[in-house]
Amino acid sequence: MVNFNSIEDLIIESERRLISIGQLVKEWEAEKKEISITEVEEKMRTNWGIMKESIILGINNPQKSMGGLIGGEGRRLHDYCLTQKTLSGNLVNLAVARALAVLEVNASMGKIVAAPTAGSSGIIPGVLLTMQEHLGVDDDRVIDALFTSSGFGIIIAQKASVSGAAGGCQAECGSAAGMIAASVVELSGGSPRQAGHACAMVLKNILGLICDPVAGLVEVPCAKRNALGASLSLTCADMALAGIKSVIPIDEVIVTMGEVGRCLPESLRETSKGGLAVTPTGKKIAKKIFTEKK
Amino acid sequence: MGEYGCFDIIGPIMVGPSSSHTAGAVRLGRMAREIAGELPKEVKLMLYGSFAETYKGHGTDLALISGLLGFDTFDERIRSSFTLAKEQGLRFSFITGEKEERFHPNTVKFMITTHAGENLTVIGSSIGGGSVEITEINGHPLRIKGDFPTLITFHNDIPGVISKVSECLARYDINIAFMEVFRKEKRKTATMVVETDEYIPNEAMQEILKIEPISHVRFVQPV
Repeated sequence: MVNFNSIEDLIIESERRLISIGQLVKEWEAEKKEISITEVEEKMRTNWGIMKESIILGINNPQKSMGGLIGGEGRRLHDYCLTQKTLSGNLVNLAVARALAVLEVNASMGKIVAAPTAGSSGIIPGVLLTMQEHLGVDDDRVIDALFTSSGFGIIIAQKASVSGAAGGCQAECGSAAGMIAASVVELSGGSPRQAGHACAMVLKNILGLICDPVAGLVEVPCAKRNALGASLSLTCADMALAGIKSVIPIDEVIVTMGEVGRCLPESLRETSKGGLAVTPTGKKIAKKIFTEKK
Repeated sequence: MGEYGCFDIIGPIMVGPSSSHTAGAVRLGRMAREIAGELPKEVKLMLYGSFAETYKGHGTDLALISGLLGFDTFDERIRSSFTLAKEQGLRFSFITGEKEERFHPNTVKFMITTHAGENLTVIGSSIGGGSVEITEINGHPLRIKGDFPTLITFHNDIPGVISKVSECLARYDINIAFMEVFRKEKRKTATMVVETDEYIPNEAMQEILKIEPISHVRFVQPV
């Protein structure tokens, strides 16, 4: 079985075989798990179905989160971009609205697909559904695109981290944004090499992003970081499709992200002992939640 | 690309908001139910560390009760588990414990009363990404992760018990994947945790129970 130890390995093999990274990763998964490609595709189709359901639920039936800090923002932005002239474009806003909506579903104990984690679960579905509609592609293509995300995510998880406790928010929302940027480049007809550049440009822009949830809950600032992840991924995907290259190669950026994550003090890695969690407002919210609800 | 697969990255499907505080808590509840052998009559749950501090906002309490009801981590009934527990006659209460250094930050102690009137204390922790560990049953230290069918024995710490158990499993063509033995003191009570590739049938369990130094056996399904 071919083994891949870097994004460069994935790109070179995809180029050699004239297939997408998504197709390559899908074959690799089937071979590794000793199951058919159809089975692997069906498993991903189930995930995609749940992702779409979580978007619909979050937009149509917004709920207050368990901690009461978020809820309804996805719907609000969704309605705004359908009725108003937006500044950054309706597509970007729609993707962001959906990312917010999924994170709200997660925070209100709804069903989501961790992608790569629960705290960053809005970015990939929000961007992917919006680009599917925009590009007019079928579910089969979208499912391949999710395998592209998986391939990038696997290398990131191995060389850096996808856990906020280990690497800060860059590891969660940053990884999700980088993964989906690569996917939508391929979905839009870009090359494996361009997908790599898109992911690299995302990760370069979120290097050092800390994980500092207010009151320890996956609500603030997690929802808005999902929003930013969604918009950043589209900006970087467009740059890559235009032919812009990341000067620092993707694999070097990933290793750097891991190093930066390890340099972050523990207070800024999901412990709620630093960052926004210890602002006067953050502390007030934490106190209120714990005294009211214990 | 060795240790991770595609569905570790895109997946699992779960009810939010947190893999450690929600999904992990469901699995701990399920393991406690498995160890009790049935839905308990009554359970007091003592929460420690981050579980104690943030359980309401993460739905950790709803998740633990869901596990005791036998739900999966992706079951949308998790949100309404308190009502469902009352319907099924499970009495439960939550208390928060003082910090204990020996415990992982996300730890729960289940104090269970079964319908047969048996009292059972189970301690477990959610150790990240939905992975869990049971670390104590009735004061006996051990480690059960819930990824494999698991046999637990409570026995006197004398020579030969391990070979008798493994001989019995071999006769039923059950392959041992992992095995650990625990005890507090030499030649007093000991526990053995045997994780297997196959389901252990009831007949095999009964035979193991007949092995002289063994006083109790329990079988835990993967959760």
